[in-house]
Amino acid sequence: MAYLFDTPEQRQRMLAAIGAASVDELFQQIPESLQLGRELALPGAVSELELEQDLQRRLGEVGGGGVCFLGGGVYDHYIPAVVDELTSRGEFYTAYTPYQAEASQGTLQAFYEYQTLISQLSGMEVSNASLYEGGTAVSEAVFMAMRVNGRDGRVVVAGSLHPEYRQVLRTYFSRLGTEIVEVPAVDGVVSVEMCRGALTADTTALVLQQPNFFGCLEDIGGLTAAAHAAGALAILAFDPIGPGLLKRPGDYGVDIAVAEGQPLGTPLQFGGPLLGVFTCRSEYVRKMPGRLIGRTVDRRGRECFVLNLQAREQHIRRDKATSNICTNQGLLALRATVFLSVVGPRGLRRMAELSHAKARYAAACLTRLPGVVLKFERAFFREFVLETPRPATEVLRSLSDRGFNVGPELSRFGGSLGAGLERCFLVALTEKRTRAEIDALAAALGDVLGS
Amino acid sequence: MRNPTATRLLFEMSESGRGTVVFPESDVPDVSGVPVPGAEHLASVLLPLPELAEPDVVRHFVNLSTLNMSVDSHFYPLGSCTMKYNPKRHERLARLPQAVASHPYQQESQIQGLLSVLYELQGMLAEISGLPGVSLHPAAGAQGELTALLTAAAYFRHRGEQRTRVLFPASAHGTNPASAALAGFECVQLSGGRDGFVDLSELRAQLDERSAVFMVTNPNTLGLFEKDIATIAAMLHEVGGLVYIDGANMNAILGRTRPGDFGGDMMHYNVHKTFTGPHGAGGPGAGPIAVRDFLAPFLPAPVVTFDAVRNWYSLTEPEHSIGRMRSFFGNVGILLRGYCYIRTLGGRGLREASDCAVLNANYLLSQVRDFLDVPHGHRCMHEFVASAKRLKEQTGVTAMDIAKRLLDYGFHAPTVYFPLVVEEALMMEPTETESLATLDAFAAALRQICSEPAELVKGAPHTTAVCRPDEVNAARKPVLCWSAQC
Repeated sequence: MAYLFDTPEQRQRMLAAIGAASVDELFQQIPESLQLGRELALPGAVSELELEQDLQRRLGEVGGGGVCFLGGGVYDHYIPAVVDELTSRGEFYTAYTPYQAEASQGTLQAFYEYQTLISQLSGMEVSNASLYEGGTAVSEAVFMAMRVNGRDGRVVVAGSLHPEYRQVLRTYFSRLGTEIVEVPAVDGVVSVEMCRGALTADTTALVLQQPNFFGCLEDIGGLTAAAHAAGALAILAFDPIGPGLLKRPGDYGVDIAVAEGQPLGTPLQFGGPLLGVFTCRSEYVRKMPGRLIGRTVDRRGRECFVLNLQAREQHIRRDKATSNICTNQGLLALRATVFLSVVGPRGLRRMAELSHAKARYAAACLTRLPGVVLKFERAFFREFVLETPRPATEVLRSLSDRGFNVGPELSRFGGSLGAGLERCFLVALTEKRTRAEIDALAAALGDVLGS
Repeated sequence: MRNPTATRLLFEMSESGRGTVVFPESDVPDVSGVPVPGAEHLASVLLPLPELAEPDVVRHFVNLSTLNMSVDSHFYPLGSCTMKYNPKRHERLARLPQAVASHPYQQESQIQGLLSVLYELQGMLAEISGLPGVSLHPAAGAQGELTALLTAAAYFRHRGEQRTRVLFPASAHGTNPASAALAGFECVQLSGGRDGFVDLSELRAQLDERSAVFMVTNPNTLGLFEKDIATIAAMLHEVGGLVYIDGANMNAILGRTRPGDFGGDMMHYNVHKTFTGPHGAGGPGAGPIAVRDFLAPFLPAPVVTFDAVRNWYSLTEPEHSIGRMRSFFGNVGILLRGYCYIRTLGGRGLREASDCAVLNANYLLSQVRDFLDVPHGHRCMHEFVASAKRLKEQTGVTAMDIAKRLLDYGFHAPTVYFPLVVEEALMMEPTETESLATLDAFAAALRQICSEPAELVKGAPHTTAVCRPDEVNAARKPVLCWSAQC
């Protein structure tokens, strides 16, 4: 049932004021031949109760009834209760883009705080107010690099970047002349030497990920230096929990840093909606995509916040805009703002340390099993690639039958991560996983491989 | 009542050593034999994030929220944005833990239920649009546009055609030309007829073998149904081009007419508008697209398919797919809310919603047209565009002044200065979820404002926490980040 207020009598009064005999008359603007003339063939309306019962029945068990060791870009991190409580407030939840600053100071200040928190987290000078998610943020970063250095011949991409991000980049650039060159990962990381070889005089940027898709830590300092030596920008996709333990993108001197911000207080939701984090050097601010909130004063000198530098955006600049994005991920940016406020620097450090310690413990337990090895003998943060004697798809299916959701298997991404990875899969750990769960996973894997 | 001390910036409230969320101590022993990150990777200092206690954080955001207008608290007739009531039932349903805790790389056997819902939604959106190929992948309307244009480009390439131009009327949303440019097309803007409709002769003069896609919002951004849409579509099809329907205004026509029936070849939905996903202070949206059957093989991956023999739902890649437009499947959280809306309204309820949206808009139009010009007719679909041009000439009061003064009366402003084809535009979309009493009160406020002394209106808003931020200086010297030195 639609949410409607007016009684039949009130509708008649409205029609009389309009001067129309019926609602049908209002639709006479639509030529009769184009009118549907039947009811839409959709399931009949159901009540809230019936729908809840139907969904409960169909959706089955939470997480398929399994413990989550899944990674590959989104992670099962803890979300403090206060995040849902505050972001559910209707005044935030049911407002829209803060075009009218006087009616949106709550949103505007929160997003100014978001931008600042993300700058502090990333070590980068400026952040925008969000993009869709990590993959499109990478593509937007490459577009921005082209505006910054005027080079459009080539972009060099690490083969250790999330394969889906690379696919997005290929789709976004499918009609443009820019050559996308992938430098394959060797033993879990890309080599500075090979990247240097791929960087040409018309290369706009080198795109990297830290930790990379395999969970391994790259030599971002060396790679950034190689990009800069070739006159290219360094673009880094980073893990937003990483800075609790690891160097920040800004510490490496990268030019643009982006992230999938989901770990900052957003649930998995089958991969969306997520949070595209986008940061860069302040000198590029007029070339940035997406909304920016600025601090200013009002007519009476009172401090306040506004949508800033809108002349970059599609509603003003149209085909010359820095991006086509309009609706962004405001609510998820608000979630990240509350999350970082309440977790703080010590909480984030604890999250990162716990995730890391548990990942190391899990790696140690799992590799004690016969034939099970770390695919890459390299330092990792919170996920790693495990290799077993059996095809990964089979192993993961058997583990899920035993109540452990692990992966993804690297073969899921075709050959985009390299050859010979059919027996490899990712294992990801967060602060939520307990020693008992890890021990049980190891036992289950032993069982699967032994059987 | 707002407590101003709680709305100081988070960074000004920070005290070193404060903290809130206490994660547990580690329950795992340190291990050896696993590689360790070296000093070159490790942070050396604590992050410079603020340190706050949870009660401070709660008070801060609760007080900040009171500085907003929202659908839950105010009439919000922001044209083109469909600010209708967001049913609370969707919140509980879309937040069922089974949906919220689903990881995108879970085994297909574990997500059959969720996939069945998404598959059903694909079918519903096909029926509502009259276009059989549906992709739920795009993150928002603008990404839907870009996705559809790349889909069309792949189709043309497959046919060996070189089509380089995308056309759109001047009244188009800014995202249309921005998406076309991003997709590598040349943009051709049509000025349109004075009556607010596409000028057929102007369009005809621009059509040739270079024409790829004509992008048009229907009903258009003036709130008018493009009466010649079938002819427009025929003209495009004659030269081998395609028609894209920007679905931002679908709330006007649900169950009354369908883009596929009036000649559209592709469209996007704005699930957060038409199907009540909460607007979330700027998103998230979801921008699924629907296309004709011959375009479906080019849709982005993944789509949900169903094997009736195996009774099995899968994520698959269409035969000639353009590939991915984003990571993972789509904005499932928002799509689920749209699904709940369609299920609880049914076909008849959707049509009733559109009927009332159009009734409300026409009623509001009838109540304002004696004191505000509405240049494009006395009837509209779900929204209309008034002009303050005459008022500006007579008193100096602009559309922006009216917008600001409305805030004093407790109403959010309409969309102003859009579409660009109307001077001093005030674009009003009341939606179906507003009562006659609200519309009357809003019309009375507008009437009052139009007769108020100009200086009073130009000084507005008088009742909000701030008044007319200095945007020029903000843009000249952008301050986008707090620092201890500010």
